[in-house]
Amino acid sequence: MITLSRTDQSVFGRWWWTVDRWTLAAVALLMGFGVVLVQAASPAVAERIGLDNFHFVQRHVLTLLPALAIMVGVSLMEPRGIRRTALIVFLAALALVALTPLVGFEIKGARRWIHVPGISIQPSEFVKPAFAVVAAWLFTLQKTTDHIPGGAISIALYLLVVMLLMLQPDLGMTFVISAVWFGQFFLAGLPIVLVAALVAMGALGLMGAYLMFPHVTSRVDRFLDPAAGDNYQVNRSLEAFQNGGLFGTGPGQGTVKMSLPDAHADFIFSVAGEEFGLIWCLVLVALFAFVVLRGFSRAMRDENLFVMLAVAGLLMQFGLQAIINMGSSLHLIPTKGMTLPFISYGGSSMLALGFGMGMLLALTRKRFGAGDAP
Amino acid sequence: MTGMVPTAGFGLPVRVAPRPNRAVHALEQGRARLSVAMAAFGMAFVGISLGLVNATVLRQSAEPDIAQAAPARTLQASRADIVDRNGVVLATSLVTQSLYADPKLVINPVEAAEKLTAALTDLDYGDVLQKLKADKRFVWIKRNLSPRESYIVNRLGIPGVAFQREERRVYPQGSLAAHVVGFTGVDNNGLMGIEQSFDKELRGSTEAVNLSLDVRLQHIMRRELKGAVEEFSAIGGAGMIFDIRTGEILSMVSLPDFDPHDPVGLDENTRFNRNTLGVYEMGSTFKIFNSALAFETGRITPTSHFDASRPIQVGRYTISDYHGKNRVLSVAEVFQYSSNIGSVRMVLEAGVPAQRALLTKLGLTSKPTLEIPEVGAPMVPNPWREINAMTISFGHGLSVSPLQVVTATAAVVNGGIMRHPTILKRNEAEPMSGERVVSPATSMLMRKMMRLVVTEGTAGGAKAEGYVVGGKTGTAEKITGRGYNAKARMSSFVGAFPINDPRYVILVILDEPKGIARTGGYATGGAAAAPLGGRVIRQVAPLLGLTPVDENRPDIRQALDITAPPPRSSLLASH
Repeated sequence: MITLSRTDQSVFGRWWWTVDRWTLAAVALLMGFGVVLVQAASPAVAERIGLDNFHFVQRHVLTLLPALAIMVGVSLMEPRGIRRTALIVFLAALALVALTPLVGFEIKGARRWIHVPGISIQPSEFVKPAFAVVAAWLFTLQKTTDHIPGGAISIALYLLVVMLLMLQPDLGMTFVISAVWFGQFFLAGLPIVLVAALVAMGALGLMGAYLMFPHVTSRVDRFLDPAAGDNYQVNRSLEAFQNGGLFGTGPGQGTVKMSLPDAHADFIFSVAGEEFGLIWCLVLVALFAFVVLRGFSRAMRDENLFVMLAVAGLLMQFGLQAIINMGSSLHLIPTKGMTLPFISYGGSSMLALGFGMGMLLALTRKRFGAGDAP
Repeated sequence: MTGMVPTAGFGLPVRVAPRPNRAVHALEQGRARLSVAMAAFGMAFVGISLGLVNATVLRQSAEPDIAQAAPARTLQASRADIVDRNGVVLATSLVTQSLYADPKLVINPVEAAEKLTAALTDLDYGDVLQKLKADKRFVWIKRNLSPRESYIVNRLGIPGVAFQREERRVYPQGSLAAHVVGFTGVDNNGLMGIEQSFDKELRGSTEAVNLSLDVRLQHIMRRELKGAVEEFSAIGGAGMIFDIRTGEILSMVSLPDFDPHDPVGLDENTRFNRNTLGVYEMGSTFKIFNSALAFETGRITPTSHFDASRPIQVGRYTISDYHGKNRVLSVAEVFQYSSNIGSVRMVLEAGVPAQRALLTKLGLTSKPTLEIPEVGAPMVPNPWREINAMTISFGHGLSVSPLQVVTATAAVVNGGIMRHPTILKRNEAEPMSGERVVSPATSMLMRKMMRLVVTEGTAGGAKAEGYVVGGKTGTAEKITGRGYNAKARMSSFVGAFPINDPRYVILVILDEPKGIARTGGYATGGAAAAPLGGRVIRQVAPLLGLTPVDENRPDIRQALDITAPPPRSSLLASH
């Protein structure tokens, strides 16, 4: 470890002494877990679909490094820079999302991906953290200025984002963005009557999804009545946890990865449960909880409304994604394909997470004279 | 609080007064609400942790942690046995293990092949290695291992090599009753004999099918028949023993036969059941039915006589005698000397419709019923003219199966009641059914005539001291191409014993026997078939529970004597 003097005034020196090193350490640990688990889970998947055994492992590590770079790079910025970067990324990503129905390619019935020479990216992943920051900014403007209708702009942007995502369609992303946006709106002082109204609308939205999309219908039905249909993935996942028990079968000894198609992504937590057991899984849950709850508590102490809302938004997004992934694997909620942050294989998701976490770290840095308004 | 915020981020001038209050209020409210969100997330993470604990260590799923000991797979096979009348197993199913490999899972094919060929010495190393290296997911290594072999291979613990439970049909008696029992295909479905006709009953059943066959008699019949076939260089043979009272077939042998374990590639001749599927012109044995026909008219007695002094000319055919006496013969003599000319004269006396009616009643003109699929239909002349009647009288022009001959002979000698033949053991409690086909008087006369053929005639070789055999031989020229072939003959003997109270009918046939020195170059029914019949009777009669009697006992002699003295011959009166 490089030793840095307390009085070091270089950019990196100031960063080191002001950044939340505990969160940084937790994220680094998560990334480490991710590398181990992708190594455990992905060779079986790669072999099944006829790729080189370490195809996913190599790509995972290769995306981890830029993600790490993005995270650190972004975390060097000041809140003002974050705001602007988020706005730019948001607009650019949203434009790409708008383009995907036209130039994107289809995977499993949805157009979410576009080709950039070299890699394929899923622009909606970048919309997620960027929109959280932009929305926080707009809500803050609503509270601090009279001449900019931040709330109205926020609502308008939200509707635009949802519309574009439903075109793909991407229900999971829509759900997370909606939940985060609503959470931020709630924190920004949405009257309690409207909170109730929006909760009701959200419930209606979910009901609508249940009624309109056959695959949602089937998943919810299967969750509510396990005997009704094919719960193959969830059953295999639960078997994996049971098989793992307290201490796990040992790295590489699991069998669930042989039969789950998304063992390296959506069901990586099952592989963790089988091969590393309850204890390590609890450590994993604790790491996620630590990042989220520590971030919340720092946000709570912050004097800047924008920082508080942005940090809360980014953390809700991060936490929600983790909870949905782990809850699906444990059959606590209906199956929803969602990556486990920093653990699962997934290029765009990893880069977007690095971006989001970078913004979080930047915003939670110790600032002197922290009350500055946007 | 540096107080440096007179402008907002966009550098626009704003009113200062209300703003800090609103912002501070918003911050306070945000903090309060953030604690709600924090609590919600905290609870979610606790929920996940509890779910984890439940899923990993608490959950009792449908599947227990420790597999329950699977109940030992029953050794009960899924196809029932076939047994003989005494319960001796003729066909049974064994549960076996077959060895296969998934080459993808075999880690070291060379080592695995070495171990396997060391354990199963009949396997070829190169062959096994090639199989284990194949780009497949399934290869058979060896089918139907013995329990010991599967134990040894199991102990080797080679990855990728496993067992498949199979069932194998086993015939402990080998080819002994192959034509009757039949065999099964690779999927254990019956393809011949009882295996085929009782396929449904045998499948999934544990109740054995009980045949009427007796393996002891079957063995004797097969051994003797095989010996005769070899001695006379015959191309085949057939033999049956029939229970007159019940209609049960106690023995049925057809040669050549085959190993039912390996029926692949058998030619038709080997699989052919000569007793039931083959139909032949039986020759002189048919004179049994012709004589019965004559007696049934009521006008002809054993002492009636017919002119056999010269051959009969019908169109371009000449009917002559083989053992020609060239004189007037009594009915008894016609039978005894097997006179064709006499037989023709007798049927002309009885009439064509009467002949046809009797042969039909005796079941010789329609396909018999038996519990195996291989039953042949007789070749009946149509139209049935006088010329047909004339040739049929001495056993030509009507082809029937040996089964039909046996059944009809039994009806003629048993007092005149036709019993349906069966290959299944009969339930003794079941009442016997049967139709009268000839009168008891005719039957009695026929017994005497048949006894005469053994004591004085062509079937002397069939004599079995103590068992009072009566019978009739036959030597029929086979039709090859467009005409009869004097060198290709069917030599047969049909007999009943003890003829004073008939219990069993025996029929033996040799197909194309060649004359040998011991018989003076003859291979006729009398020279080849009758002695064979005698040998069989001498061996099976004790097993059938028959007590030998003194054949010269006055009461027996009296019962079998042709009572009325013949006019021109002292032969029949004396002895």
